[in-house]
Amino acid sequence: MSTATSEATATARERSLRVRLIPYIDRFGILFLVLVMLLVGAITQPDVFLTWRNLSNLPGQNAANAVLAIGMFVVILTAGIDLSVGSVLALAMMTTAVLARDGFPPLLLVPLPILIGMTVGLINGLGLTKLHLPHPFIVTLGTLNIARGVGNLVSGGVPVSGLPEVVRFWGAGNIPIGDVQIPVSLVIVAVLYIGFFIFLQYTRTGRHIYAIGGNPQAARVSGINVDRTLILAYVLCGAMAGLAGLLVAGRTNSGFPNAGIGAELDAISAVIIGGASFFGGRGSVLGVLAGVLVIGLLRNILNLNNVQVFWQQVLIGVVIILAVSLDVVRRRVGSASE
Amino acid sequence: MAREEVPVIEARGICKYFGAVTALEDVYLKLYRGEVLGVVGDNGAGKSTLMKILAGLYPPNAGEILVDGRQVHFSSPRDARDLGIEMVYQDLALAGNLRIDENIFLGREQVRRFGPFKFINNAESLRRAKEHLDKLRIEVKSVRQRVEELSGGQRQAVAIARATAFDAKVVIMDEPTAALAVKEVRKVLDLIKDLKNHGIGVILISHRLDDIFYVCDRIMALFRGRNFAEAPLAETNRNEVIGWIMGNRSPVAQAARILDLN
Repeated sequence: MSTATSEATATARERSLRVRLIPYIDRFGILFLVLVMLLVGAITQPDVFLTWRNLSNLPGQNAANAVLAIGMFVVILTAGIDLSVGSVLALAMMTTAVLARDGFPPLLLVPLPILIGMTVGLINGLGLTKLHLPHPFIVTLGTLNIARGVGNLVSGGVPVSGLPEVVRFWGAGNIPIGDVQIPVSLVIVAVLYIGFFIFLQYTRTGRHIYAIGGNPQAARVSGINVDRTLILAYVLCGAMAGLAGLLVAGRTNSGFPNAGIGAELDAISAVIIGGASFFGGRGSVLGVLAGVLVIGLLRNILNLNNVQVFWQQVLIGVVIILAVSLDVVRRRVGSASE
Repeated sequence: MAREEVPVIEARGICKYFGAVTALEDVYLKLYRGEVLGVVGDNGAGKSTLMKILAGLYPPNAGEILVDGRQVHFSSPRDARDLGIEMVYQDLALAGNLRIDENIFLGREQVRRFGPFKFINNAESLRRAKEHLDKLRIEVKSVRQRVEELSGGQRQAVAIARATAFDAKVVIMDEPTAALAVKEVRKVLDLIKDLKNHGIGVILISHRLDDIFYVCDRIMALFRGRNFAEAPLAETNRNEVIGWIMGNRSPVAQAARILDLN
């Protein structure tokens, strides 16, 4: 009898422990994956991986994806998708490079790509809300093609190299702090992620973005201007795509029309690996950062170990499926223990 | 039957067409402070459409709405909410991914100002939500729970808490007990009685005559988009109301209705 009771209390305790742990796994599970990857990197390449030379490359290599992903995250939170970001990146980059070549004032070249991105974002947002296109997939598939085409038209389809210092600074510059050179791209990503965290967690508009993703009907009857909020989400996402174009232009000191092909898929991957729900309303900025790091570290570690580049793609695919299926299992366990 | 008091909300001659379909034709409705009005009618009688017009979700094609005797025009639910007209929707209109307090204050978040910026004040939001739920004697484990974790009855309670969080004058409820377990129904109905005791006018749409006869002061029936019959609860009975829903009117009730409208 008493054994049965104590067993029962033990199970109950175990269950309540599990219930209490779930929110933390929810929040920090993906960071655990990042730690595992750091460990794998450190073990397989002990002399190279944890050196400043290697680690200081990561921000530059991953800044564009980090910037695209945070914009994509906002759109995915609304239960949307933006397929155009890779093309917008290229359009912004090409326009900047061509205008730089033609002697446009260098200082104006910094806001310009962001404005281009915002314009395409506005078109996406208006197409979705005012033309009542059935799904953001459609309108952004359209602008994916349009932006890519216009980018080629602007440049005649050929790469342009040589950009002014002020543009290069954004993608490849360093800020010396003591003896350490802090990459500008790292600073940009840090500032953006903190900014987006505050925006999404502590502003009314941020809260409304989550609400729209959770239940658009509830948002509407609560007096939230759903259309305006959606348009803002796409404009923000476009702005990030434009900024990513500036970063890639600065980093490569050029504009090339094939830039950013498939970049939208990397951004979506980072968001999904980071635990955001593809159906909207769920996910965190920290998760997105972790998702970006997982993809970036995976590439870095595989490169260091001389693994063929095609395997990277295979593994990223595996990680996406694993991360999301773990998420599904966790949710099932979570609801079963309610 | 005629009351001197100004109705808290009144609809006059409301018409609503969806294309060639007439949803409402010349419909009248009055609701007084602290009164619970039951609205009955068959499916498609126009109950929900009328409520959505009162809540600002649809504009009427003709007719007027008066709040405290003054004519108003709602171009969105926000306009109606600003005047204290709240609706609890049949599908509850809650965001399951948000916390209880976040749902209660959705669209009217508690904010703190920092210069030109406004930031959500979570501590205040949680505190006020808890306070409000306590006032309505609604029990939840924690206001931090996500709404998707709640039972049907708890969700209904949250939806009602949401509707009454800001000095509501009128709360419109569309089938609030339809999806509830028997045990939970009584709680929601008692909650409606509480609202009444706080001086709030309640319009209750329900198919369940048990609910109607438990909480309502007055019953009004719509039939094919028109006013059909109306009576104080004390002057009618279940059989008569069932007749109204099916389109049968007793001469007595008809006379009462004509007297009331005049």
